[in-house]
Amino acid sequence: MNVETLFALAACALIGIGLYGLIAQPHPLRKLVAFNIMGSGVFVLFGALAKRGASAGLAADPVPQALLITAIVVAFAATAVTVALLLRLIEVADSASLSDKAPQGHRSER
Amino acid sequence: MTVDAWTATDGGSLLAAVVLLPFVGMLLGLPLGGRWLRRVALGMMPLGLVLALAIAAQWADAERPLVYLLGGWAPPLGIALRADGAAVAMLVAVAGVVCAIGVFARADFGLAPGAAESRSSFSYWLLLLAVWGALNLVFVSGDLFTLYVALELLTFAGVPLVCLAGTGETLRAALRYMLFAICGSVLYLLGAVLLYGGYGTLDIPLLAAAVRPEPIAWISLGLMTAGLLAKTALFPLHIWLPPAHGGAPAAASAVLSALVIKGSWFLVLRLWFDAMPGIVTPSAAQLLAGLGAAAIVVGSIVALRQKRLKLLVAYSTMAQIGYLFLMFPLAFEGGKLVQGAAMNAGVLQAIAHATAKAGMFMSAGLVYAALGHDRLAELAGAARALPVTLLAFAVSGVALMGVAPSGAYLAKKMLLDAASDSNQWWWVVVLQGGSAFTASYVILVMVSALRRPAVPLTGVQTVSKLSQWTALALAMSSLLLAFAAVDANRTQLIKNPLDVAELGTTLLVLLAGALLALGLPHYSLLSGSVDSPIRRYTTFPGVAFELLDGWLRRWTTATLLLILLGALFAGLMRVGHSA
Repeated sequence: MNVETLFALAACALIGIGLYGLIAQPHPLRKLVAFNIMGSGVFVLFGALAKRGASAGLAADPVPQALLITAIVVAFAATAVTVALLLRLIEVADSASLSDKAPQGHRSER
Repeated sequence: MTVDAWTATDGGSLLAAVVLLPFVGMLLGLPLGGRWLRRVALGMMPLGLVLALAIAAQWADAERPLVYLLGGWAPPLGIALRADGAAVAMLVAVAGVVCAIGVFARADFGLAPGAAESRSSFSYWLLLLAVWGALNLVFVSGDLFTLYVALELLTFAGVPLVCLAGTGETLRAALRYMLFAICGSVLYLLGAVLLYGGYGTLDIPLLAAAVRPEPIAWISLGLMTAGLLAKTALFPLHIWLPPAHGGAPAAASAVLSALVIKGSWFLVLRLWFDAMPGIVTPSAAQLLAGLGAAAIVVGSIVALRQKRLKLLVAYSTMAQIGYLFLMFPLAFEGGKLVQGAAMNAGVLQAIAHATAKAGMFMSAGLVYAALGHDRLAELAGAARALPVTLLAFAVSGVALMGVAPSGAYLAKKMLLDAASDSNQWWWVVVLQGGSAFTASYVILVMVSALRRPAVPLTGVQTVSKLSQWTALALAMSSLLLAFAAVDANRTQLIKNPLDVAELGTTLLVLLAGALLALGLPHYSLLSGSVDSPIRRYTTFPGVAFELLDGWLRRWTTATLLLILLGALFAGLMRVGHSA
């Protein structure tokens, strides 16, 4: 097994773990962490594809790296906005629950 | 595709300007703040409209898509901005709607002389400019990665608009929106990465030439489509839409409902029609439009069950999103997706919805501001107190129903022709039935507002005249859109609305709508009473749909459906191909 395949398999595992977290974890912060794990999986996959797409004389295809930097910045911005929203929600509503109904005495879903 | 797609054209730099202008406004307004921010924002709007019109003129002159190469680098290494007919139409329409929303928002987010700057007005004007700039980028981007960045910008600008009021309820709606939207964007990015891995480019014309019907293309298209549908809130992925659109201030709801969802919808259009028309199959398009039809039925019925006007309008947006996807199965010729009348009808539908829905949310907001509530059962007398506002609501409702000469009418007519040409009679049923559903909630609101109040209304706040007339102007522009959309020698497409056949259809639609409005809502349309023995049976389907909607809007259901839809779309590309 060459190194690209190894990285691609690791990427699949990360995407799978992230996806599970996004679906199954009720707390918004855990969902956000799951999103970041899944995002990392996509980034690793992109890196592996860049290595596979190397042309003569280059260690790897450089275009995916330029795109990756942008994608990482976007994911970082998404995380920052979500954390800011979450902090504000906890401040105002004293609960991080996402459900439509008013929280009944408990501070979070867990 | 000729070499034309990769050489810069005259007037191409206008494309860069139209994207930059709103962001320049943001950067200028951010340090200036307060009154000056509003002045800068309002000053940018007519400028942007002029730029959009200049692009349209240039495009009509050149009779080919405009191209601008960023930094003079041609794809595959560089990035191209392109404006084809659909992009030009959307650019002009969005600039127009943004101008109207700006005029409307002056009353809500303007500053009284001497008043201190409020955080919500400061955020509002910046975010409005950001939404506009991001949308312009979505329309002119020529490659799938730039489109990803544009889409994320749009989400980041749209989400804070939901929670301008800063209450727990709106923050929760914003957080749900954000989390579900980033689920969608990570699926889109995964699809884009796989495409790059398979074909070594993300430039749309290059990709269209390279892509072949094989697993990597099917999977990418499935993932990207599902991700975009999550951001567009197409049924059953509408988990975030009703609380977000129903809870935001009216000026923000108008932006979210009229403009923001069109961004991800436009990207589906680009993906299916421009990037991969060769591998899209009719069966996948049937599924997409089938979801649209389900959105119309479920969205309209749940809209009828709402107790508050703004939530009713939010659910009507969910139903109207369904319409935007009906054109996909009607755009096939010889088993291939082609950019023809059906696609034009889809773009026209989007513009008609953008103008009418902005007008509708504005009138709902004005009713709330004037009465201090927007409970449907207590709207009696509102039409007498706010005649212009309720007229705006009625006109936008009629425009959405597809009565001649509205934009929705022309779009519906073109789609009906396409459906009968391709023998897909079931879409004729959906298109005609959809109008009746739209009619039902417009009738519900209008009858409630026209009813004579038991006690005369007191304490009605005065609302800005300018805002009321802006709502009416937007509604009227949607009603007259068909005239702008057809060229002078094809006016026979627009029938006289008082023609016997047209009038018959309209009356039939209104009758069916009235029956729905009588049977399904919480309270009786005629007597206003909440409980009667017959109503227990007639409201039963409404209750059932409400339960279904509640179940679909649970996080686990929605995320599982998102994955399932991605797999289904990928699978249908495979099935359709082998058939």
